Amino acid sequence: MTLLNRKTNDRMAHWFFLCIAAASITALTAISFFLFLEGIPIFKKVTIFEFVFGKYWYPTAEPPDFGIFPLIAGSLCVTLLSALMAVPLGIMTAVYLAEIARPKIREIVKPVVELLAALPSVVIGFFGMVIVAPFLQNTFDVATGLNMFNASLMLAFMAIPTICSLSEDAIYSVPVSLKEASLALGATHWETIIKVTLPASISGICTAVILGISRAIGETMVVLMAAGGAAMVPESIFDPVRPLPASIAAEMAEAPFRGDHYYALFATGIVLFLFTFMFNIFADFITHKYRQTGEASL
Amino acid sequence: MQRRKIVQKTMFLFFYTAAAINAAALSIIVFFVVKNGWHAINWTFLTQPPMDSMTKGGILPCIIGTLSLSFGALLVAFPIGVASAIYLNEYARPGKILRLIQLGINNLAGVPSVVFGLFGLAFFVIFLDMGVSILAGALTLGIMTLPVIIGSTEEALKAVPDTYREASLALGATKMQTIFKVVLPAALPGILTGGILGISRAAGETAPIMFTAAVFFSPNMPSSIFDEVMALPYHIYVLATAGTEIEATRHLQYGTALVLIAMVLGMNLAAIIYRSKLRRKLI
Repeated sequence: MTLLNRKTNDRMAHWFFLCIAAASITALTAISFFLFLEGIPIFKKVTIFEFVFGKYWYPTAEPPDFGIFPLIAGSLCVTLLSALMAVPLGIMTAVYLAEIARPKIREIVKPVVELLAALPSVVIGFFGMVIVAPFLQNTFDVATGLNMFNASLMLAFMAIPTICSLSEDAIYSVPVSLKEASLALGATHWETIIKVTLPASISGICTAVILGISRAIGETMVVLMAAGGAAMVPESIFDPVRPLPASIAAEMAEAPFRGDHYYALFATGIVLFLFTFMFNIFADFITHKYRQTGEASL
Repeated sequence: MQRRKIVQKTMFLFFYTAAAINAAALSIIVFFVVKNGWHAINWTFLTQPPMDSMTKGGILPCIIGTLSLSFGALLVAFPIGVASAIYLNEYARPGKILRLIQLGINNLAGVPSVVFGLFGLAFFVIFLDMGVSILAGALTLGIMTLPVIIGSTEEALKAVPDTYREASLALGATKMQTIFKVVLPAALPGILTGGILGISRAAGETAPIMFTAAVFFSPNMPSSIFDEVMALPYHIYVLATAGTEIEATRHLQYGTALVLIAMVLGMNLAAIIYRSKLRRKLI
């Protein structure tokens, strides 16, 4: 009797914990549901094509223009430029931590990267605004220091910790036997890193890069404060831009409740959500499809 | 032979520089905030509300707002996060359900912060009619910090050796008893570290509370969870971009930023040091 009870109890506990663990999925579903609920009505006024590829974003003009193409272009340019800085720096730091640094230095540098990840985005945005912007303006003699380059630079330092710590995990989990084999064949430490260790951990590094870029696309405060806020397709890296999250954050407070502008901002949120969602699914796909399984992955 | 050594030396120098750039970035940001912010910090600044349309006075309401929002977020995220991690590490068997849940958690972690803000506005503020309030903000932040708590709890549970579980089961304990009396106590320090990281994450976020909890200025301290509040990150943003006297309040902006990073980095540093001590003990 008691034995039976214990079994049912364990079963119930299993189901109980399963239900709670499903909360993340529930939350994700609820997020997409409410985004669509509040965003879809704008497509009664403009078609999806006009919304995504429309060249003008003047939501408060009469009649208003709801074309988010300049915002999408702003987001993509800022993200691409920051990836150009963050990807090499992040991966190189990861290699340094996993392969080169002595344990003592590693114990100092690793927390530094973690603290960099912990810096509130508003502080980084503020720093970009009050320190980096005047510096850029004076050094490069540009019209405004609040521009694409400034925002990309700040975003890069938000993406580096993600890229670095995930890549480091991947590099760290390459079996020692592989490296020893390479060294025993007479390869130098550097040759081993570039020809054995990195190729063996490439799937993990790809995941790291994708997640880092996804973090940069969605980051709000930095682009809100340091990107300049002009809703136009940039022509140089010193042009001000208005990426998707910046537009949402800056305009939501003024948009009349459940007016067209409000719906358009939620629709912008849908686009942003879909971007990051795709990146995350892609990262997950790579992780599981090309899972590192020792020697087999080379 | 000589050439290969030189190549190696040069390349390693690059890698070393890359790591040094990160350290430099962190130090430069912290340096400027501390250098320009510490003048602003005094007893009045920490214990008074803002005065003269936010050009003088202190930031007490923001500190209280941020504390209540981030602890509120923890109250939401901690139980759900720990229970989720228990499922993932103790109960789940590899298969479709586990895969789906992990996919959900990874994607939740990747949702942009401003989208959490939109969701909080649509769901908590409007649909559930909570209004702009601490409750709505804390719930939004709670959902956002859930993946942080789940991740660190999972790590803490994984670090408990299987021999602990086997010993307990061999003594005739049920799985529940094993989890609550053996596994959780052993993993508790690691789980609490995750809680600290969760609070600090919630304290530093701005975008999720912009539409759900935070206001420019409120004359009164919040008296219930249905009140709107001021918060440190939002205060920095507002003073730096929308205030009437942006230049004149610069020292207040730096001061607020200094208080915020002292809180956030302090908590993180404590968690990091504590965790490295724990790891040494387990090994």
